[in-house]
Amino acid sequence: MTPRRKRLYTVLGILGGVGLATLVAVKAFDNNLSYFYDPSQVATGKAPGDKSFRIGGMVTQGSLKRTPGSLEVSFTLTDFANTVPVSYTGLLPDLFREGQGIIAHGRLQGGVFVADEVLAKHDEKYTPPEVAKSMKKMQPPAGDKT
Amino acid sequence: MGKDVGTWTWFHKLASPPHFYRIAGRMIPWFAVPAAILIVASTYGGLVMAPADYQQKDAFRIIYVHVPAAWLSLMCYMTMASAAAVGLIWRIKLAHALAAASAPIGASFTLVTLVAGSLWGKPMWGTWWTWDARLTSELILLFLYLGYMALRSAFDDLTRADRASAVLALVGVVNVPIIHFSVVWWNSLHQGSTVLRKGGPAMPAEMLWPLLVGALGYTFLYAALACIRVRGEVLIRERNASWLKELEAA
Amino acid sequence: MEHFLSMGGYGPYIWSAYGFGAVVALWNIWSALHLQREALERARRRLAMGRSEENDHGTR
Repeated sequence: MTPRRKRLYTVLGILGGVGLATLVAVKAFDNNLSYFYDPSQVATGKAPGDKSFRIGGMVTQGSLKRTPGSLEVSFTLTDFANTVPVSYTGLLPDLFREGQGIIAHGRLQGGVFVADEVLAKHDEKYTPPEVAKSMKKMQPPAGDKT
Repeated sequence: MGKDVGTWTWFHKLASPPHFYRIAGRMIPWFAVPAAILIVASTYGGLVMAPADYQQKDAFRIIYVHVPAAWLSLMCYMTMASAAAVGLIWRIKLAHALAAASAPIGASFTLVTLVAGSLWGKPMWGTWWTWDARLTSELILLFLYLGYMALRSAFDDLTRADRASAVLALVGVVNVPIIHFSVVWWNSLHQGSTVLRKGGPAMPAEMLWPLLVGALGYTFLYAALACIRVRGEVLIRERNASWLKELEAA
Repeated sequence: MEHFLSMGGYGPYIWSAYGFGAVVALWNIWSALHLQREALERARRRLAMGRSEENDHGTR
């Protein structure tokens, strides 16, 4: 084996070894690498019940209620299979609206997810306003699943 | 070098420092001028010609800084790691010089990616920063670049600096696919890829072209900057070589 | 013009992002040229010293 060939194998060995180690680490920490739980995971008890965590889903159409004179809001989050009620007091991001994908951080208290932070999620699609308008006209609003 | 010299003559000729020094010098304007034209066109296209997004309104225009910079941060790392591997295996000084030249360029554009992303995240998501898989892995990319540069500067001997830092560059390669696929493999706040996705780009042409032109412009900018920096790195490495005297005379 | 600069209220975010991108691009150009010029200057100095001492022991 020439020294050059040996060095080539060393380099490939480093790449393979690090790749394998990362794969194992990623598999082991898979749950912690996910940013949020979806409503189905919460409904089936896969989300931590005693700790704070993040929940991500779509704000159900018609579920948003604001308490007049305060920043308190309540709504439900859905992944089209399960629904979780959420309550939150504070400023909402510009993109927050019914039908929007959002992520809330907080904890479960008696079946209600009490959020201390609400972030809006948007998808990877970009559309000019006129096109979006005419698309809505052409077809009934489908679920904007993010 | 053995019997494969014949097929590799062009390679070794290009890899010879004086030859490369001259070629790189001549290439700079051929990279820099298109870079300037493309980046200006992309900026004009992104800020003026592209329509606003129906949902994010004008805020989405930050994409024309964020995405080309992110592209450059990943492309630059792949170049750096490939050059480091070539340098390690074939003991080519010029390859190490290219790897060393790439690090500061990559680090700075990783920072642009993070800062522009943060400035986009605040008005749209509602936060400057969060520890989701995409954001965290891109931050790790910045630390890899910085660690690579710090490791280099810890050695007085250039040959040893080249070899040690090359190993670090190789180890860090694993982060590149993680960054790209982080939004596919795990739930994240960051959205999926707009351009490189199944079913084609999720953008109309009038929004897409400034993005692609910008990515191409940043690539040319990298090439121009790398040419200049590699010339500097070659000079540092060659020290007393006789061709420097010719250079002096010219 | 004012309408363009305000960017529908997102002006501060957008102009900061573009501004930062421009500053970093310019820094890159400056620092690359600076590194190259400095390396050239040092190589020249080394050569000049090597000539005066002829049998130099500067190689490592």
